Amino acid sequence: MTEPRMRRCLFLALLSLVLVAAGCASSAGSGPESGPVPSAQAEGDGAKADRQLLNGTRNGAWESSYEPLPSGPVLIRGGTVMTAAGEEIAGGDVLLVDGRIQAVGMDLDVPAGAHVIDASGRFVTPGIIDTHSHLGVYPSPSVEGMGEGNEATNPVTAEVWAEHGVWPQDAGFWRALAGGVTTIQVLPGSANLIGGRGVTLKLVPGRGVTDMMFPRAPMGLKMACGENPKRVYATRGPSTRMGNVAGYRAAFIRAEAYRETWDRWLEGDRQSDAPDRDLQLETLAEVLRGNILVQNHCYRADDMLTMLELAREFGFSIRSFHHATEAYKIRDYLAAEGVGASMWVDWWGFKMEAFDGIPENIALVSDAGATAILHTDSGLEIQILNQNAARAMYAGLAAGIDVSRDDALRWITANAAWALGIDDRTGTLEPGKAGDVVIWSGDPFSVYTRADQVFIDGATVFDRERSRGNPVSDFELGILPEAGRGGAR
Amino acid sequence: MNGAIGRLGYGVRLAASCWALAVLPAPAAAQDLAITGGTVHTVSGEVLEGATVLIRDGRIVEVARDVDLPAGISRVDATDRVVTPGLFDVTTSLGLVEVGAVSSTVDGQMQGDPVRAAFDVVDGLNPRSVLIPVSRAGGLTTALAAPSGGLIAGQAAVIDLAGTSVDEMVVRAGAAMIANFSAVAAGGARGAVSLRLREVLDDARFWRENRVEFDAGRSRDVSASRLDLEALGPVLIGEMPLIVSVHRASDIEAVLRIAADYGLDLVIAGGSEAWMVADRIADAGVPVIVKPLTNNPGGFDRLGARFDNAALLHAAGVDVIIGSFTSHNARYLTLEAGNAVRFGLPWEMALRAATLAPAKALGLAAEYGSLEAGKVGNVVVWTGDPFELSSRAETVVIRGRVTSLDNRQRGLLRRYRELDDERPAFKETGP
Repeated sequence: MTEPRMRRCLFLALLSLVLVAAGCASSAGSGPESGPVPSAQAEGDGAKADRQLLNGTRNGAWESSYEPLPSGPVLIRGGTVMTAAGEEIAGGDVLLVDGRIQAVGMDLDVPAGAHVIDASGRFVTPGIIDTHSHLGVYPSPSVEGMGEGNEATNPVTAEVWAEHGVWPQDAGFWRALAGGVTTIQVLPGSANLIGGRGVTLKLVPGRGVTDMMFPRAPMGLKMACGENPKRVYATRGPSTRMGNVAGYRAAFIRAEAYRETWDRWLEGDRQSDAPDRDLQLETLAEVLRGNILVQNHCYRADDMLTMLELAREFGFSIRSFHHATEAYKIRDYLAAEGVGASMWVDWWGFKMEAFDGIPENIALVSDAGATAILHTDSGLEIQILNQNAARAMYAGLAAGIDVSRDDALRWITANAAWALGIDDRTGTLEPGKAGDVVIWSGDPFSVYTRADQVFIDGATVFDRERSRGNPVSDFELGILPEAGRGGAR
Repeated sequence: MNGAIGRLGYGVRLAASCWALAVLPAPAAAQDLAITGGTVHTVSGEVLEGATVLIRDGRIVEVARDVDLPAGISRVDATDRVVTPGLFDVTTSLGLVEVGAVSSTVDGQMQGDPVRAAFDVVDGLNPRSVLIPVSRAGGLTTALAAPSGGLIAGQAAVIDLAGTSVDEMVVRAGAAMIANFSAVAAGGARGAVSLRLREVLDDARFWRENRVEFDAGRSRDVSASRLDLEALGPVLIGEMPLIVSVHRASDIEAVLRIAADYGLDLVIAGGSEAWMVADRIADAGVPVIVKPLTNNPGGFDRLGARFDNAALLHAAGVDVIIGSFTSHNARYLTLEAGNAVRFGLPWEMALRAATLAPAKALGLAAEYGSLEAGKVGNVVVWTGDPFELSSRAETVVIRGRVTSLDNRQRGLLRRYRELDDERPAFKETGP
């Protein structure tokens, strides 16, 4: 095999679900794919060790220790089933077995021992996903000693990982869960050009962060455009957008060399000592290989186009712009480049780069065929993602933009899952997907509707009707006896 | 509009506060309008199906099913529509901020001394703020433009969201004094907040009673400037409401004690833990402005924050007011109200909390907040339940005039609605 061929083989093996043995021959595709990194079971020991070497999880350190809560078969019967896969089934059933969705349809048989839930008059959706959260790193309470989101000591801190700052006792997790949220990406903040790695969590309580980590979810890399980095580093630089871009470029030039050094060593006989590790470059090299997904805080249309040029120069992909208040101005570029946009419904005007935000942004991006995602960046709004999707949908409809209820649901489920590289496992109600499901008291696009029950991997994690059994953080335990029931209210 | 201008009885006012004495210019055009056929939520009275709201000279003259309409009067057909009073948000800085992070556009905060009672926002108001038409499109017709920061932030003005001059816009200057239960501003301890508030109120009373001696230089020292002490006069005699931002239950109790001791017309803002002391607040007859979408224990002063705060307060007999606590998105006061209903506040009370309750708290209930004869003609026609996410404000009437719901955001939408060969810069040039 020629060297380029070999590298491409490694790249594909790392990236796709396809086994190493079969990968090179059968995979014709190139560039980033939506599939996850190989599962531990599927890849060979050697490939697994190499993957760990490259992404900084050697010896299996830092990998997910998530275990689903125990569950038996559950049949959710007779609800309006919004699949986020095109269909809205009136009077439909959803069957969860072994933590997964086994069937979705009408009049499903009740398996032996199944717990049957009458969802008539209620609505059923996939678990909600937020691509942009700082829960755990900017937790409640937001007081001295608790701010972990921004390592604002250097414009490039690709070496830090959000998961090392996540506080599993953030009371906000369980309020988000009560709002129907099952999966979130926790990102570092936007003080830095390159803020560090993000982590995808399932909202199931654990004592350490690895207990919450979505198994085999790709990591994210937080990058930030525009005003925030240049404000934070005004006195030492970068102090301009020019300086911002020079900073990204300098970092990726070093990352290219690092990647080259490591890839050459891996491809060789490995008789020499392994190259020195550099935590910053280890992360950026994984971005260049397509194994870490770039999540790019960027508001203005021209800033986003500049970032697309940067990605072109170094041959990586931006998975999703975040905030993207002006995404509607360049929605055709986003569609053509396959770059998602994670947006608010209505935040605008708090700084210059947010001045042109409009409520129709999401609908316009969606209608243009780009991957539109509704995100929150907020411990409050994460609890009303369903309402925000409705507001974005109705704003679009009022402007004559062609968006559907399924589109709107996908903004907070399937499309968000795609942005996190987990869309093969969650984000829709389809057989084979994880049993991440919400039963709503009514139409999730009504302001009066509540999440009644939330399932993660088939297990009830939140049930509004039960007085005990919903997660409550240690922090809230006994600290205010009159108040302390977590997200149940 | 004549006569809606509140006039504070307190004697000498500073020049900057003279708006309160002014009378707004007479309307240039007739402000006669009939809004017909809608489901009319009067707030003060019953819900009337298929009713008409008749407005003449900017004032409501009749709300009923059968109304004789003057010949030739302008009409808004509200058949199959919901009609409510214009929404009133008392938690904004509308007209005082354009871009949050651009300091030259932020006029709601005076830096320096924690006591800035004399600071009056009126001369900083910008009637051409792009936030005003954006807010109006959400059914907001009236707002308190409030200062922020410090211990005593200054004086807020009530504005109607119409007009191109401050004179036209201002309903009442000096409508409320804004204060914060801020240990940081007071010197680092909660006790210092009470100490400082009581000290300045004592001095304001002293100054009132010893003004001649003060001017002659025969007075003891006072803790605030002459202008601040003078500005606190109307607060001391209960003519100007004091709105205090406070969250912890025990802090609320401290503020209630101060209000009782000085006879203040207190309004609590924020009140994350107000539900824990709801009975005391009810006994004191103090209204509470809540942001219903508040439930994270973001600090040790709000560990008890919960979504049903509004419902619990109402159940205890507290007059609840709903605020957006924002300026750029004050247009979504309805979202807050809808979520208050989601968590147990009766629907009618949520509407009242965004209309009549704020008007009443600011002493404007004779003029604002409900649809009844004699009140200012601020009316919104909604496509459906105003709190529901699928509804929008279809017609917004301020002082009897149908206002434009166009705004800069809609201009951007039009410019970028189609991406084609024509460059955006050559398209749509704005509302």
